[in-house]
Amino acid sequence: MTALSRRAPAEDGIATPEFEAAHERQKRWRGFLMALPAYAYLLLFFAVPLGIVVVYSFGTRTRFGTTELSGWNLESYEKLGRDLVQQVLFRSIWLALLTTVICLVIAYPFAYYMATRSARVRNLMLVFVMIPFWTNFLVRNYAWYVILGTDGPFSRVAEFLGFGPTRLLFTQSAVVMGLVYGFLPFMILPLYAAIERIDGRLLEASRDLGATGYQSFRRVLLPLSMPGVIAGSILVFIPSLGAYVTPDILGGAKTTLLGSYIVTQFLSARDFPFGAALSTVLMALMLAATIVYFRRGGRTL
Amino acid sequence: MPTTSRNLGRHRARWLLLLAVLALLASACGSDDDNGDAGGGNGGETASGCEVGETDGDLALYNWAEYIDPEHLDAFAAEFGISATMTTYESNETMLPTITAGNAGYDVIVPSDYMVGIMIDGGFIQKLDFDAIPNASNLSDDFRNPSYDPTQEYSLPYQWGYTGLAVNTAEVGTDFPRSWDVVFGDFANDYAGKITLLNDPRETLGAALKALGYSLNTTDQDELNQARDLVGAAKGNLLAFNTDSSDELLTSGESVIAHVYSGDAFTQFLETDDPSQYVFFVPEEGGTRWVDNMAIPFDAPHPCTAHTFINWLYDADQGAALSNWNYYGTPNKASIDLLDEELNEFLTSPDVLVGGPDSVESIADTGDFETNYADAFTEAKG
Repeated sequence: MTALSRRAPAEDGIATPEFEAAHERQKRWRGFLMALPAYAYLLLFFAVPLGIVVVYSFGTRTRFGTTELSGWNLESYEKLGRDLVQQVLFRSIWLALLTTVICLVIAYPFAYYMATRSARVRNLMLVFVMIPFWTNFLVRNYAWYVILGTDGPFSRVAEFLGFGPTRLLFTQSAVVMGLVYGFLPFMILPLYAAIERIDGRLLEASRDLGATGYQSFRRVLLPLSMPGVIAGSILVFIPSLGAYVTPDILGGAKTTLLGSYIVTQFLSARDFPFGAALSTVLMALMLAATIVYFRRGGRTL
Repeated sequence: MPTTSRNLGRHRARWLLLLAVLALLASACGSDDDNGDAGGGNGGETASGCEVGETDGDLALYNWAEYIDPEHLDAFAAEFGISATMTTYESNETMLPTITAGNAGYDVIVPSDYMVGIMIDGGFIQKLDFDAIPNASNLSDDFRNPSYDPTQEYSLPYQWGYTGLAVNTAEVGTDFPRSWDVVFGDFANDYAGKITLLNDPRETLGAALKALGYSLNTTDQDELNQARDLVGAAKGNLLAFNTDSSDELLTSGESVIAHVYSGDAFTQFLETDDPSQYVFFVPEEGGTRWVDNMAIPFDAPHPCTAHTFINWLYDADQGAALSNWNYYGTPNKASIDLLDEELNEFLTSPDVLVGGPDSVESIADTGDFETNYADAFTEAKG
C-alpha cells in the first residue's frame, strides 16, 4: 500500500520530500475523518460524562442534597479514608479476587480442551460460550433467582440427594456463583485465544526431553499462555469489583459491596460528590492496575 | 488540480472539527447557564391570578409510574379541551435533578413528603394559589399542615400509604405481637431466614428507631447508633434486604414476614388465591405514613392549567376514581365514601393502624444528617 501510493506522484515526475510529507498528512486526515464518528461518540458519551463525574467529586453536598460546584474541595476524597469505606473496599476486592480465581480454575482446562479440538468442534464450542450473551444480564440474574430459590431446581436436587431443602438464594455463595457465571466467558475467550496460538510442538518437545506433564504445563504451557491469563483476569476482576446487579439480586443486599455503596451515595444519601469521588478512585485504581499488568506481561497481547 | 482538492479536503476536515468543538462548547455553556438560573431559584413567587378552571396550555404531568389511569388523565384533557401528557419517574432522586436543571417543561410533579421539603428549601416549587383550588377544602384534617410544608403553601397531598409489616398467617398464625418485635425481637428467631426488611436506609432504620421509641426523623447520633445495632442484630434472621419484590417474596412463600409498603402489599394480596391469609399492620410503636404530593415546578410553563388539574383531582368523584385505580389511600375526605369497599376497609381498619394515628410519622429530610443514615445502614449490614 505504502509502496504503491509512493509511486503515484512519480507520474508527475516530482516526488519531493515536501510532497511526501503532505501526502502523509493527508492520509492521517483521511484516517481521522473515518474515525470521527467513533471519536465523537466516545467524546460525547464517555469522556464528557466521565469529566462530569470527576468535576462533581470536587463539589459539596448542600443541606438539601443537591451539589454545589463552586468552591472546589477535597472533602469527598478525605471521606475515603474512613473505616467504613475501607471495609467495603476490601470486601469487594476479596470477592472480586475469589471470582477471578474460580473463573481461572474453571476456564483454563476448558480453554485448553477447546483449543485442542478440531476446527469444527472449536467453533461450535465458541458459539456455546457466547450464547449467554444473547440474553440480557439482568434477565439472566433473575433466572438464577428462580434456580437458587427454595422451590428451585437446585434445592430439589439437593433434597433428592438427601441434603434437605437448600436455599442458596440471598447468600454470599449465590453472589459468587452469579458472578462466576456472568463473567466466565470473559475468562474463557482470551485464554482460548492465547492457548490456541501456542505451537503444540513445543509441548511435545518438552515431553520428549523428559518433562513430566506438570513440568511441561508449568514451564511451557503456562508461561506461553500468560497473556491470556492476564487479559482474562483483568476482564473478570474489573467488572466483579464494581458489580451491583448480582450482589443486590442474588445476595439480597445483605452485605454492602462497592457498587451498591456508590449507588447508595447517589440515590439515598444524595451525596453526589462522595459517590463521584468513590467512582473516580475506583476507575483510577482499575486504570492503574491495567497499566501495570500490561507493562509487566501483556506486551504480546 | 489534485493538490487543490486535497487542500480542500483538509480544510473541510478542520472546519468539521472546529464545528464539532464549537457545538460541544455551546451545549456545555448552555447547560451551565441553566444551572446558574436554577441555583438562583425562582421559587416562592405565586402564579396568582389564575381563575378557577382556567387553562393556559396543555398539561405536562411528571408522575410516578402506575399512579394514574391514562384514561383518567384523558378525561381531564377532554373536559377542558386541552391535551395532557405524562412522563413517569422511578424515584424522587431521579425527578429532582430534572426539575433543578430548569426548563423541564412540566406543570405538575408528584414529590414525596421529604422531597417537598427539599424542593421548598431549594426554591424549586412555587407557592400554590389556593383561590384557584377551591376543592382544596376537601383535604382531610389528618393531612393538613404537614411537617414538610408546615404552612401548606406549596403542596397538596396526592395519595398516601403506610410502611409496616405483612405477615403470612398460614405460617405464623394469628397470635403474634402487633409490634416491631416480630422482626427485631426474639420472636424473629422462630422465623429465621424467612423475614425481609426494606433495602432503604430511612425506612429500615426508621422502623428500628420506632421500635426503640424514638422519632424516625431523629438527628441524634446516639439514637441512630442504637437503631443501627438493632438492624445489625436482626440481620442474622433475614432472608434479604429487599424493596422491589418483598411483596412477591411473601406471597411466593420465600418469606413469611415482610417489611413492606401498604399499597404494594394490598395489591399483591389481592392477586393470591386467598388474600385473607395475609395481614398488613403498622406495629403499635408506629411506623411511616408516606404522602406523595402535587406541586408546581418554579418554571412550570402552564401554571393555570396546573392549578386547574390539582383542583379537578380534589373533586370527590375524581379523587375516588384515582384511588380506586391505583389502590392507595386518598387524602380527599369527600372521596372516602366513594371508595371500593375492600379498599376503604383496608385503609380505615383499626387492625391496620395498631398504634393509632399519632403513632405514624412522615419521613422528613434531615439535611446534612441524611448521609449519617446512609452510613449507619451500610454499617448495620456489615
